[in-house]
Amino acid sequence: RDFNERCAQCSEVNWGLTDGGRYYCRSCHNVTERTREVVNTDFITNSRVQTISKGSRKQEKNDGGCEWYVCEGFQLVLKKQAEALEALGVCPQMKDEILCNFWRCYLQKSKQAYCKRPAAETVKGLSACESSTDVDSDPERPSLLHLLSLSESEGDLQTDCSFASSVSKVSESTSVYSGSVDGSLYLMKNQKEKLRMTMPMTLSFCYMALLWLREPITLSELLRFVVEGHIPYLNVFQHFPEKMKLCGLDLRIFCVESWPVYEEVFNKMHELAAFLDLPRFPDITDSCFLHPDMLCMKYLMEANLPDELHNWTCRVVKKIGIGEVDFLTLMPGNKSTRKVKYDVLAAAVIVVVLKLLFLLDDHYEWLLSEFAEERNKNNTEGGPYFEFKKWYEVVKQSLDVEQKKLDEERAKYLWRCEKPLFYSVKNKSKVLKRRQMVVNLQNQFGKLSGSVRRAEKPNPSSFQLSWSEENTDGSCFHGHSLKGVLQEKCGLLTAMNPDYWLCTVKLCNEKLCGHLAHYREVEFPQSYHFVLGLFSFLLRIQPSYIHDEVCMIEHKLFNKKLYKKLKYNTVLRK
Amino acid sequence: SSHEHKSNFRKSKEACLSYIQDALLQKQWKRAAEFLTCYVESLEKDYSREHVGPSEMIWRIGTEILWHHSQSSMKEFNCFMEQMKTLGVKRYLKVCLEHVFHLLCNGQIEEAYQNLSLAESWRFGEQTAIQDKEMKLVEAYRGLLDYYSWSKQKNILLEHSEDGFSDLAVEREMHGYFRKAAVNLKEIIKIPGVWDVFVKCYVDLLEFYGDHNEARQVLNEYAYNSKFPANPNAHVYLYQFLKRQGESKKSLISALKILHDIVPSHELMIDFNTMLQKSKKRKKRRLGLEVIFATLDYAGWKENAKTWSCLARQVKQIVISEKHLDWIKQEWSSRKDWWPAFHFSRYLAKRNWQEDKSLSYEKALVAGILLGKDCKYFKYVSHQGCKAQLKRFRMLKKFVNRHNPVYLRISG
Repeated sequence: RDFNERCAQCSEVNWGLTDGGRYYCRSCHNVTERTREVVNTDFITNSRVQTISKGSRKQEKNDGGCEWYVCEGFQLVLKKQAEALEALGVCPQMKDEILCNFWRCYLQKSKQAYCKRPAAETVKGLSACESSTDVDSDPERPSLLHLLSLSESEGDLQTDCSFASSVSKVSESTSVYSGSVDGSLYLMKNQKEKLRMTMPMTLSFCYMALLWLREPITLSELLRFVVEGHIPYLNVFQHFPEKMKLCGLDLRIFCVESWPVYEEVFNKMHELAAFLDLPRFPDITDSCFLHPDMLCMKYLMEANLPDELHNWTCRVVKKIGIGEVDFLTLMPGNKSTRKVKYDVLAAAVIVVVLKLLFLLDDHYEWLLSEFAEERNKNNTEGGPYFEFKKWYEVVKQSLDVEQKKLDEERAKYLWRCEKPLFYSVKNKSKVLKRRQMVVNLQNQFGKLSGSVRRAEKPNPSSFQLSWSEENTDGSCFHGHSLKGVLQEKCGLLTAMNPDYWLCTVKLCNEKLCGHLAHYREVEFPQSYHFVLGLFSFLLRIQPSYIHDEVCMIEHKLFNKKLYKKLKYNTVLRK
Repeated sequence: SSHEHKSNFRKSKEACLSYIQDALLQKQWKRAAEFLTCYVESLEKDYSREHVGPSEMIWRIGTEILWHHSQSSMKEFNCFMEQMKTLGVKRYLKVCLEHVFHLLCNGQIEEAYQNLSLAESWRFGEQTAIQDKEMKLVEAYRGLLDYYSWSKQKNILLEHSEDGFSDLAVEREMHGYFRKAAVNLKEIIKIPGVWDVFVKCYVDLLEFYGDHNEARQVLNEYAYNSKFPANPNAHVYLYQFLKRQGESKKSLISALKILHDIVPSHELMIDFNTMLQKSKKRKKRRLGLEVIFATLDYAGWKENAKTWSCLARQVKQIVISEKHLDWIKQEWSSRKDWWPAFHFSRYLAKRNWQEDKSLSYEKALVAGILLGKDCKYFKYVSHQGCKAQLKRFRMLKKFVNRHNPVYLRISG
């Protein structure tokens, strides 16, 4: 606090701020008429705090910039992302209530705002002591944080204006370079306990809010929308207001050079949920989009598989209990249950069902297909029998085309934007010159490209592959019948296939080696690889993650048999 | 945790490059341009650890595309090259040189000269010393263009002198170009390297102005200095110079000796053999035989009547004199396993007879001596020749029949 006057009533210097932005003495609760300048409204999602003209915003720098904190930047990012999601059809509640509250809670818990003495204050102490300008050379910073006495008083949820008010004057001679006030702090390693904010984490926040509201978007879809540009992520900083100058270490925080990784966003989300001490999330019931029964239906359609398979996926789901509310609903902080990846799980269920019915050993499925083909020749009534071979050919062709398109798109991806980034003022002119040259070259060669300029990004769609029953070429398999692979036994329809092969007999310890099982392409049949590849494409994740879920499901499904086998083995040994 | 050490940015740019490469190899210039447009933003990223950075990539790829693309103009090309010159100071002179080459390919000699002059006057701190080699090249090429101008003036002068005019202005200009050219050309050929075009031009200048000693010295250096890479052309130039100077057979032969060692199939080997055959020294004649046999080991001379006639002449001469049959035996011993199929098959006999009677005549003579009168080639050709009532073939038949025992001694 830079208000150092003594209280008129009790002569103490111990000030706080009221909701109205006035100083009050904490000792005797005397309210003064002195007010504090307040953060500009732009930075805050839904507050309408007026700027007070008395005393301008902290030292307007020469270049027209102002002081800003990293979390303000992230707040802006989240705001943009929420708006984009709203435009995609997510309910406005997400932006205005859920996400906002999550964010505030986070700020409070990580002591960046909404508390008496946020961590940012330590910047002053640090910068005065630090002489090196290179953050990299000194990763293990001696914790001056611990040396300075921080009064970790309870933070009450004050109004939004507490941002600026609770930060002390930052030394002008900050030697670690960043446009933001606390950029250097953010990159310090000892922030682990406090779950430092990163760009991928913004998506964790979004996903968490979406999950809370049980919106019909899976994580893989969310990430795909990000890559396709429907949700701000890459170069989102270009929406920061002019006054917020980005340079130096800020670039390492806000500039992204990789697409978000499913695992990372997923894991961070769970860490976050625990960190924020959130209660049990709203129940995922069988009428929710994220329930495996629903997602299986969607993926079956997208994979051009017969609708009849849905009965089977539901049976598997029921049998192993992954449709139960308690299994599906997120309970933050519960370390014993395995975290549910709804999309991957649903895909894995389909893979297991295909293995149940078709075996997928590079032999049996083709045999069945030939058999079905024969029967189809004489089949005049009802829908055609499902032929694996035909399905494979149709889907493979489409998949290859789409994969090729995707690969080209990835190679043509443009990472930079108009807003120039420079590490320091020194190389600003060099950066601008380079940018100019890049633009010139893009124009020159763009003209020689012949084809139309890069088309506007396509409308976001939930389905990447679509198959129409109206096509007369028989390329849609939704209505096909599974009669060719099923038989009736005691009034029940069972698979003709009597066998099943397990992906792995023993599951690994996920915590130790990161995976439940290890997927090496050469060790598994081509058909299995193809099916994994199909869903890997749809979900934009590595096949090994689907493989993990498949292993997990198989072990649940054949639990008794496996258990018996193990028991039998031990008995023998005796 | 991810095992990727490279960001997706890097990976996608790498992928972009491989698409460009594919497009270039298939001459799809539009597609290459499309992907290059996406690649250029790599310039904004630091690649200092990479071996070849984006600026060099863009320079090389962009040059290819602009050179071949149908809608690209010289103006655009030049503009692009100027941009590339500013991109990497460490490559400045290289880019200048390549630009000059392209201008020359396009026939823009004036512009090329201007660019070279500009490049010559470039100075950039310590880079000037580091790029010393490139600078020498720049100077050498400017010298070359000066030679070209000299040559033009010379032709004008010759024309005028024919018409009876004497043109002092042209003469002065010509001498001016000579001086400029000579200085630079002399410099570059001092450095070990392959400088064929510079050497030729320099020697041309020296000869014109009558400085034959200097010319000889230059050519000797170029051919015999071991620091210079082995270069058959150096010997060819020296030989041609000596011939022009009317040097003795002895020095001509010594000039061609090394050429025979390096390139036994060289076209000058025929001249070489002709000289050697006529020599009085036995060693030289022996060498001649070796040379001509070696030449015919190469497919390029299979159908060359002149070459075969040289061999035939020498072989015939040896057979008639009955001296030195062992020479033929020596040469034939390493060839008797494969020459018959290579030169003297029945198929070739038919074809040679159809296409070139002289060729078949010479070859038949050689075949008859080396393989005897019963060999396929000789039998066919001589039969055809006698049938066609050609006198020389009748003579040939008689000759070979008479000397048939020779074959037995050779093949032994």
